[in-house]
Amino acid sequence: MITFDDVVKVYPGGSTAVDHLSLELPTGKTTVFVGPSGCGKTTSLRMINRMINPTSGRVLIDGKDVAGQDEALLRRKIGYVIQHAGLFPHRTVLDNVATVPMLLGKSRKQARTAALGLLERVGLSAEFASRYPAQLSGGQQQRVGVARALAADPPVMLMDEPFSAVDPVVREGLHREFLRLQKDLGKTIAMVTHDIDEAIKLGDVVVILRQGGKLAQIGTPQELLDHPADEFVAEFVGRDRGLRSLSFDTAAGLPVRPLTEDLVLDDAGRPIRWSSGEPTGGSFTVGDSLRLVTDLAITSPVGIAVRVDADGRADGLVPHHDLVDHLAERRAAK
Amino acid sequence: MSTYLSNNWETILTALRQHIWLALVPVVIGFVVALPIGYLGVRFPWLYHPLVNTCGVLYSIPSLALFVFLPVVLGTKILSPLNIVVALTIYTVALLARTVADGLRSVDALVVQSATAMGYRRLRRLIDVELPVALPVILAGLRVATVSNISLVSVGALIGVGGLGQLFTRGFQLFYTQPIIVGIVLSVALAGICDLAIVGLQRLVTPWTRYQRGAA
Repeated sequence: MITFDDVVKVYPGGSTAVDHLSLELPTGKTTVFVGPSGCGKTTSLRMINRMINPTSGRVLIDGKDVAGQDEALLRRKIGYVIQHAGLFPHRTVLDNVATVPMLLGKSRKQARTAALGLLERVGLSAEFASRYPAQLSGGQQQRVGVARALAADPPVMLMDEPFSAVDPVVREGLHREFLRLQKDLGKTIAMVTHDIDEAIKLGDVVVILRQGGKLAQIGTPQELLDHPADEFVAEFVGRDRGLRSLSFDTAAGLPVRPLTEDLVLDDAGRPIRWSSGEPTGGSFTVGDSLRLVTDLAITSPVGIAVRVDADGRADGLVPHHDLVDHLAERRAAK
Repeated sequence: MSTYLSNNWETILTALRQHIWLALVPVVIGFVVALPIGYLGVRFPWLYHPLVNTCGVLYSIPSLALFVFLPVVLGTKILSPLNIVVALTIYTVALLARTVADGLRSVDALVVQSATAMGYRRLRRLIDVELPVALPVILAGLRVATVSNISLVSVGALIGVGGLGQLFTRGFQLFYTQPIIVGIVLSVALAGICDLAIVGLQRLVTPWTRYQRGAA
């Protein structure tokens, strides 16, 4: 657990970057700091590994104040990923990844063997090992950056806008891999982004900061979407927060109607089209989000979303007026 | 020409050896001295401009004046090769201190930042990361300094110590072109060989620069 205890950072010249910040980053979870520029999110992140020291207050990792610890030794235990990856241009991909283990005193051979395994872990084949960063695409560099941060298996990772320098398609892929990796590894991650969508997608906990380094709200993505603390948070999470909040609820509680003859099935019972000839436009399972169901219902030419079981066989229908009723009940229950 | 060569090859060889020694020893000493000075110019940013200006002034002192002036300061004999070595060392430092500073400043701030965040201490970061990344710029400066020294040594002949330059003075004194031609050819060849050697060294120690797209 990382604890911010009444942390203040005032820069020389008097500008306050972080203003009496107290919060906790749970162990094994991803906490995302998000806010407009000048909200102190990067400053907060860098106070965790002492790249910046607080003016007053304490930052603790598992109850130990970082201020008392040797900077270099502390940092070797904390993975760090930055925008553009910040790879060493003069070292091969493999040696970039081997950096921290070697700082920790591992032999070159040991460090390289471990590094090779990590490359695979972040989805890069061994053929990349001997390349230099300049030979990689932005997305590949970012993967190497993540592998490098993971190399010494640190319990804590800091990620400063790790995915903002790549194009949206690549970012999407990196997001998926990040979630997959984090599910396996369960690191305590502090991430900074200016993109609220990214925060909501990747964060277990989201910290919204406002200008001047004040905490606006901390909570799970769904809490922020359903119950924004004030106008600033509501504005920041976006006008379509109601719709986005549906991403966090599954279709498990959604009542369905029995199939009708209007839906044409194949021999295995999978939906093909409506009898009117219109396409079904896709289907959902109980595990999918309410957001997907809503999307299916409103894009369907007949206004009905089709539910299928794990084998793809149709097993229920949701007309959009049923969905509207369900959403109203859901809202009333909150 | 062949008679001149066969009759004087020992003189020529001695002059060439002296030329190499007088030109390259200052490069080595100058490089070693310039490294910490250039680093200070980056470590303390307020030092950078004074450093650049001082280097510019030092490099603009005419070599002959320095050769004549140094014995007064150092207490050496006017014919001592030490004068040449010290003078060329000063030029080398003037060229390379700025190059080292510029090289270190050319290192991407994100690279330095990520090295710090991974737990490098200052000195090891300098040796493992900043200097290697600055090498292409520093080696380019080293080429200039080396070639410049090789040409400056000849001026020393005017005060009696000048490697291949002595072939020029002798040729002029005797109204005899052959030593002059040999001197020119050899010093140009020497400069070319040293330059190529550094380029080769650069290829060897900075293989990664071949893949750099545009400016790093």
